[in-house]
Amino acid sequence: MASRTSSRGRSAARSRATAVTPAAQAPSAALDRAQKLELYYYMRLTRSLEERLVNLYRQTKVIGGLFRSLGQEADAVGSAYALDRSKGDFLSPLIRNLGSMLVQGAQPLEIIRQYMAKGDSPTRGRELNIHFGDLERGFIGQISHLGDMVPVMAGVTLSFKMRGQDRVGLVYIGDGATSTGAFHEGINFAAVQRCPLVVVVENNGYAYSTPTSKQTAAAEFKDKALAYGIPGEQADGNDVLATYDVTKRAVDRARRGEGVTLIELLTYRRKGHAEHDNQSYVPEGEIARWASTNDPVDRYVAYLESAEGISAGELTEIDARVQREIDTATDLAEQSPMPEPSDALVGVYANPPSAEAPWYRQGVSSAVTANERPAAWGTFNG
Amino acid sequence: MAETTYLEAIRQALFEEMDRDPNVFVLGEDIGAYGGAFKVTDGLLAKYGESRVIDTPISEAAIVGAAAGAAHMGMRPVCEMQFIDFISCAYDMLTNYVATARYRAFLPCPIVVRGPSGGYVRGGPFHSQNPEAAFLHTPGLKIVYPSTASDAYGLLKAAIRDDDPVLYFEHKYLYRRIKEELPNGDHVVPIGKARLAREGRDLSIITYAATVWKALEAAEQLEKEDGLSVDVLDLRSLLPMDDEAIMATVKKTNRVMIVHEDTRTGGVAGEVTARITERAFAWLDAPILRVTAADVPLPYSPPLEDFVLPQTSDIVTVARQLAAY
Repeated sequence: MASRTSSRGRSAARSRATAVTPAAQAPSAALDRAQKLELYYYMRLTRSLEERLVNLYRQTKVIGGLFRSLGQEADAVGSAYALDRSKGDFLSPLIRNLGSMLVQGAQPLEIIRQYMAKGDSPTRGRELNIHFGDLERGFIGQISHLGDMVPVMAGVTLSFKMRGQDRVGLVYIGDGATSTGAFHEGINFAAVQRCPLVVVVENNGYAYSTPTSKQTAAAEFKDKALAYGIPGEQADGNDVLATYDVTKRAVDRARRGEGVTLIELLTYRRKGHAEHDNQSYVPEGEIARWASTNDPVDRYVAYLESAEGISAGELTEIDARVQREIDTATDLAEQSPMPEPSDALVGVYANPPSAEAPWYRQGVSSAVTANERPAAWGTFNG
Repeated sequence: MAETTYLEAIRQALFEEMDRDPNVFVLGEDIGAYGGAFKVTDGLLAKYGESRVIDTPISEAAIVGAAAGAAHMGMRPVCEMQFIDFISCAYDMLTNYVATARYRAFLPCPIVVRGPSGGYVRGGPFHSQNPEAAFLHTPGLKIVYPSTASDAYGLLKAAIRDDDPVLYFEHKYLYRRIKEELPNGDHVVPIGKARLAREGRDLSIITYAATVWKALEAAEQLEKEDGLSVDVLDLRSLLPMDDEAIMATVKKTNRVMIVHEDTRTGGVAGEVTARITERAFAWLDAPILRVTAADVPLPYSPPLEDFVLPQTSDIVTVARQLAAY
């Protein structure tokens, strides 16, 4: 079967990588010890939070689908970490980029409430999973129509340029979304306008069940940059420092007014499209091979211990802190109320502030009653 | 004071709004150096420069998507669709992204999407469309479609200042065919309010855009030849729709017909009819009748286009039927 001997051959070669090896001149060389531990914290938080969500899902407390980023934590965290939050940099995550949202300041409590469809979730129960954002903290909620966030982030970063702001934007899309018209239109528009935008193509091998070989005939996603007249770079997305480095260089270029960069991050989706997906389409042994030889957290732990001299105890302390935060968030989220049904009508427009309920939900003061013809039915001649 | 055409009224509103608010900018295909396919944006580039008058690639989805992103950050973009027919290329962006932004994510999205619409111009299937019904069904959007120069001016100002996304359809047949003296001062026409274009007692014609003029012509003829007094209601705003004005004319004449240039099935007339039957059925003395385009793509050749689109004579025929019921 052609699809099973697909581009994952290339991935298999990558999956033998075992270490994180920053170059001396790399931007990550400037990260201090605390920052490197912070990267670990966000990766661990992403993984553990999703594990908690799995528990809640199995208890049927997660109302909708659950989307994992197991094995992809480094690419989301490392790339988002390259943005400068103090300058108001801005990103738009996709479904496997929970880590990037946590870096921008999303809280575990918000994530759990959102998955549990609570009334005090970031979208008050209107949207699912990690579909939410916050203009203040600099991340914007995605929609399910893949590719659409590329034009939107082109516009966000266009506004930075028009106002002379020293801000940069980053948009994630997957290997699958590069096939959409919106991706093409958005990246081309941003390239022409030289918007301060970084486009991260997270190549995790599958779009739902479709392997990359059925998504594109291009050998590499980074090659697509050539056609847009912008730099295209590729990095090991399971190496958090390599991810940081390639993104940081692109962010710096954008901030200098040099426009858009397309980055391909090579990674692997170890879970199904969503929790229900049994991954029957994945070749035997592929997932296990990535898990055992190319886990981004394991690789980073090995680096921290060997190159940074960080003790296992220090990391265990971070793990414990992560667990405490998730436990607290879970307890609070479980106590959160479900939304008031009538809130469903509020806020479609700025004006009017609320939609009208159908007349049969309004009782006696219905529009029908209000328009009754006078008792002496007949032609009104007043 | 000099008279202003419908097209000049749109252009004047753009200049004044760009003067008034530095967050207003325009983007679209061939709108800058060339001044737009119909020259609506002529002169904007010279005055405001490339940063606020953006010539874009042929990318309707990117135009609307980028406008949405900029609007989230506080800008007030006005997008031009070179012909409104091409708005369908941005249908996903408008219906899924823009229309839901406030509700699902509390994101402000004050954009305007405007463009030359409508037929009677021998434009054929792809330069004559009236896509309003395709968007009427989308909560989160507002839709206006002016028929006079004053309304073109005042509704564009209202659309740009509105905090919600507004689709602003402008009828290209009217661009240079109608003109009037614009009202003095900062004339803003509220979105959601219809306009009584002619006062009458015997029957009501509810319509909008270019067919307002055909309805007025028909009303004139009906008065002369039949002694019928016709109320003509110009909706101006389709979303939200002015139910109060609709019910008022129903209660006044008890006989209603709806005229629009768009095709029949699933059109605006069906929605107006449903609203009237739900709210004011007992006020009707006759069935509600529709005059619309036939359910076909709009053909190019004059005999074909004239046959498909509603004509004044059609309105007269149906009005007589309605009055005699």
